[in-house]
Amino acid sequence: MTLEQVIFILVSLLTLGTGIVVVTNRNLFHAALAMMASFLGVAGLYILLDAGFLAAAQLLVYIGAISILIIFAIMLTRRMMQAREAAFNSQSGLGLITAVATFALLAAVIGQFWWGVDAFSGRPDVPDTVLQNTVTALGKAFVSPEAYVVPFIVASVLLLAALIGAIYVAWPTEYAEDEA
Amino acid sequence: MIPLSWYLLVAALLFSIGLYGVMVRRNAVAILMSVELMLNAVNINLIAFWRYGSVLSPAADTPTTGWAWAIFVLTVAAAEAAVGLALIISVYRRRDSVIAEELDLLKN
Repeated sequence: MTLEQVIFILVSLLTLGTGIVVVTNRNLFHAALAMMASFLGVAGLYILLDAGFLAAAQLLVYIGAISILIIFAIMLTRRMMQAREAAFNSQSGLGLITAVATFALLAAVIGQFWWGVDAFSGRPDVPDTVLQNTVTALGKAFVSPEAYVVPFIVASVLLLAALIGAIYVAWPTEYAEDEA
Repeated sequence: MIPLSWYLLVAALLFSIGLYGVMVRRNAVAILMSVELMLNAVNINLIAFWRYGSVLSPAADTPTTGWAWAIFVLTVAAAEAAVGLALIISVYRRRDSVIAEELDLLKN
């Protein structure tokens, strides 16, 4: 077993172990911290896949922004900080069966199609220059009419609309103050 | 050398863990966190196929398809988190609860 495989297994264990903590921990704040560790593990997987730029984006967007947003939401709703209430609903058994069945299905498909197939079993050797040029190529592709300029603009508008909508929805209204 | 199937299995496991969380958690924020895990699993798959697939061959013009999709997923995840958390805070103000089961305004 090579060093790369050992690192892969350690990073995967970090990702999956903290992922299990996210869905099972009764204390939401601890679950949010575990989620940040899980995102860190996913960033490690990106680095193992030669996608360093995406790992940096993962750190900035997920750990830097989304996790902080979720922690703020946890702190703004005070009762969520307490682990007094039950964490799971009455269908946790059925949910576990469904999740295990989904994984079994996915694993069967993976085992059938990608286990030891020559074209996919080994990582293709790519010259470093191609990997180093990926960020440049991506930047050009995002503004190129033949590639992703329309999805890029649509994504920008989606983000703007989502943020304006979020501010509108979360804005305190007279109605809310009366009820409180 | 890491086989592609290892990455796919890790992503499938992470997706299943997130799916379990979405189905069984009562707290709306916990459901949102589980959805984020599922989106991350999808991104691992996209990047793994980008790295192992034929798209990255030096002859290809744009070896960026996997990255572009992963970044779009990242953008949509950010938008989804912002809107979801705003909804949760708004619901908490009006109903004083963030338990998904208690939000039954449309029932009956």
